[in-house]
Amino acid sequence: MIVNGSTHAVHREPASVAPPNAETGVIRATGRAKPARPDTAPYAPAPSFPFSAIVGQDEMRQALLIAAVDPSVGGVLVFGDRGTGKSTAIRGLAALLPPMRAVAGCPYACDPARPGDLCHLCRDHAGGLKVHTVPVPVVDLPLGATEDRVVGALDLERALAHGQKAFEPGLLARANRGFLYIDEVNLLDDHLVDLLLDVAASGINTVEREGLSIRHPARFVLVGSGNPEEGELRPQLLDRFGLAVEVTTPTDLPTRIDVVRRRDTYERDPEAFCAAHAGADAAIRETLTRARAHLPSLTVPDATLEAAARLCLALGTDGLRGELTLMRTARALAALEAADTVGVDHLSRIAPAALRHRLRRNPLDESGSTARVTRAVAEVFAP
Amino acid sequence: MTTWADAVLVARLAAADPHGVGGVVVRAGAGPVREAWLAALRVALPSDRPMRRMPGSITDARLLGGLDLPATLAAGRPVAETGLLAETDGGLLVVPMAERLSPGQAARLAAILDTGTVRVERDGLGRCHPARLGVILLDEGQGDDEAVPDALADRLALHIDLTDVPWRDAVPVDDPSHAEASDPGAGDVLGALCRAADALGVVSLRGPLLAARVARLLARLEGRAVPGENDTIRAARLVLGPRATRMPTAEPTPEAAVPEESAPEETTPEPDTPTEHEETSASLDQRMVEAARSALPPGLLAGLIAAGVRPRQPRAGKAGAAAASPRAGRPLGARAGDPRQGRLSLVDTLRAAAPWQRLRRTAGEPQGIRIRPEDLRVTRFVQRTQTTTIFAVDASGSAALERLAEAKGAVELLLAEAYTRRDRVAVLAFRGLGAELILPPTRALARARRGLSALPGGGGTPLAAGLDAAAALARSVHRGGGTPVVVVLTDGRANITRAGAAGRTQAGADALAAATALRADGVRTILIDTAARPQDTARRIAEAMGARYLPLPYADAGAMRAAIRAAT
Repeated sequence: MIVNGSTHAVHREPASVAPPNAETGVIRATGRAKPARPDTAPYAPAPSFPFSAIVGQDEMRQALLIAAVDPSVGGVLVFGDRGTGKSTAIRGLAALLPPMRAVAGCPYACDPARPGDLCHLCRDHAGGLKVHTVPVPVVDLPLGATEDRVVGALDLERALAHGQKAFEPGLLARANRGFLYIDEVNLLDDHLVDLLLDVAASGINTVEREGLSIRHPARFVLVGSGNPEEGELRPQLLDRFGLAVEVTTPTDLPTRIDVVRRRDTYERDPEAFCAAHAGADAAIRETLTRARAHLPSLTVPDATLEAAARLCLALGTDGLRGELTLMRTARALAALEAADTVGVDHLSRIAPAALRHRLRRNPLDESGSTARVTRAVAEVFAP
Repeated sequence: MTTWADAVLVARLAAADPHGVGGVVVRAGAGPVREAWLAALRVALPSDRPMRRMPGSITDARLLGGLDLPATLAAGRPVAETGLLAETDGGLLVVPMAERLSPGQAARLAAILDTGTVRVERDGLGRCHPARLGVILLDEGQGDDEAVPDALADRLALHIDLTDVPWRDAVPVDDPSHAEASDPGAGDVLGALCRAADALGVVSLRGPLLAARVARLLARLEGRAVPGENDTIRAARLVLGPRATRMPTAEPTPEAAVPEESAPEETTPEPDTPTEHEETSASLDQRMVEAARSALPPGLLAGLIAAGVRPRQPRAGKAGAAAASPRAGRPLGARAGDPRQGRLSLVDTLRAAAPWQRLRRTAGEPQGIRIRPEDLRVTRFVQRTQTTTIFAVDASGSAALERLAEAKGAVELLLAEAYTRRDRVAVLAFRGLGAELILPPTRALARARRGLSALPGGGGTPLAAGLDAAAALARSVHRGGGTPVVVVLTDGRANITRAGAAGRTQAGADALAAATALRADGVRTILIDTAARPQDTARRIAEAMGARYLPLPYADAGAMRAAIRAAT
């Protein structure tokens, strides 16, 4: 059931491009000319809190921007206290992302520039593909979602009313080339977690059921948020996230007052508040666009690669995933800062987020994993 | 404690703007006072606004909505069923026995409170309905170990405690008009509330934010355009008071230049006539803190003064380790499966088969619903079968300090495996005159480390008190559906009686009695004798409580863990 982007996914209108409008949610086009149904009259939520108006939480914001610059870093996990604006930041990011080019009418928003990754519909399409610009999808996976809605299933309406067998893409299809956001990821049902891990690893979603046999691309950046007090995350899932950031409630009074004041101003007039920050949001969008363009030309010097390897060795992280993520995130950070080369400085700044969740548990080590990474950085990179 | 007048005011606030204030946590047993309060709430809520109850056993299909199966089959097209949350839009959702809410249900409600919408992605339907509702959590928990999930409580502005309200007081109150004709403008309401929250140790920023909303709502209810000082002070009392985690220090804010001269308890200024006060923000801050302090429960204050620690530690999700079980427990939705390995869920099976009926129908065959094996759905059940290992650690002078270090080590090793074992761990220490809960049942490593680092040592050996505390905690774990295992680490040389007096003979007899009581509860127990030369005293206690007896004079953390794992 795909009607209107703004009612289904996280709010997606780019704040400065156009006023919130049902027609800008281009997702409706992905329903292959399916008419909007009258029983789901859009209920438009208020625009999300602007990303640029978030006070502090630099590590979280940086990690989200890195994932936006280079989706191959593999997702962001945000863990922290209640009321620290985890959901706010991710919803704010959605409104900020520069739009992408996609095949018009494709339910998976295929990238016309990458013919190898096209879905079966686009491959089979006779004649030239029509291309349009759409917002990057940021899809919310709500708790209580059933498996058929996540992977996609038989189109109910067409099956019941017309006796037609048609596939209706699920949330994974909609998240292709974008972000899949799971709030309270540690509370998600185990069987859904297994399913997500499988798809996230392969980039392909497979549905096999009674004559429906569909394989479609599902490459997305997994963004999870949660509260460690509610229970810890399975190590297998933890490892799938490229970056893990911890957020805490600010403790100094002026910052706290600033946070509360901004939130309050936003709540009393969301439109005006967003308009006031549209310029700052646009500046971040500009930085993102430039960083993406800059990224392919950035190479990682051998010295930096070697430093990354030494750091991972010192910390005893399992497998190569840590090293790879460390290298990629450092490169994305360098791209964001428009640096000429990826240096050890980039490595050391991003190391806690890239590695802290990959350390082997050492219950007898009193210091937290962040402290262990910081210590290792200081030792390995000592002049 | 909350007075009845305050409780009525809270009801009016929640009814006036359910979604804005989030709702109310009502701590009270079932009884006439709570019923009277709910009646007052219903009266205050405009009659066109819904007030619905959410039973604890509610399924996602009913809570969030989904496919209406009979209507779908009858109509031959998908018909959506609205869930309870969407039906409560604009009104109040009453949750009885909220202390037993699962973390999953709490997270669903929290998402509704955050977004004001309910997103349904179920049964082949994707819907988004407005659900701007407030939540009334009826907390029937007893003691500190049973309470509503923190993540949810944090989002509700108002917390009241009706436990000690005499039922005679609980009479309907007509519009309580403590409306002063004029209330001087409070100026910087947000800044003042932030400073008050800081002084009271309210960490979450939702505290001051919700207090500001309540202040505005109070002003609106009494016909003022902007909140005045009194509104702000009352909001601080109602919202920040119950959230306080520490005694406000004499100097509440760094900006407050006015030095605080008097012992604040006795000279609480009643903020009814603003002319008595300087109209500075410092004095407003001070009065707000005072007002909030008056809302603190007396026991909390005493505890704070005595211990100087945070009284309300973050609690782990109560049912965090609920394990899926094929046949027994609370139903938790359905998934595809073989009914021979579970229990068939007829409705979900029909729901899965419904869309295919037209496709499967072939001419000439008899009518009827065609169900194929892949439609079969089995109910998933959740059963709280996780083990909670309660360590009762002798922290007295006789059981030297290294025993504590070893116990700590063992607890941490067990915790590291807790995720895969789905276990929880709690630590009690007994020394001096009584027992103390160092670490409430938890699976979180971070919290365990925090709790254990402060484990004190020294003093007498109140073994009876320690065993009693372990038995009480074990009962509470059992009530919550878990399986308690008590591990006692002691040398068995009790020298403090149950009454708290010194005396080896009586202490020993008391310890034996406590041990027998523990056995009567049917709790699995292990006694680890930590004496350098194991003696009969500890063995006799082990026998009395039916415990497995492990003399481990040189126990280290690893050996202890191995022994416990073998025994559980």
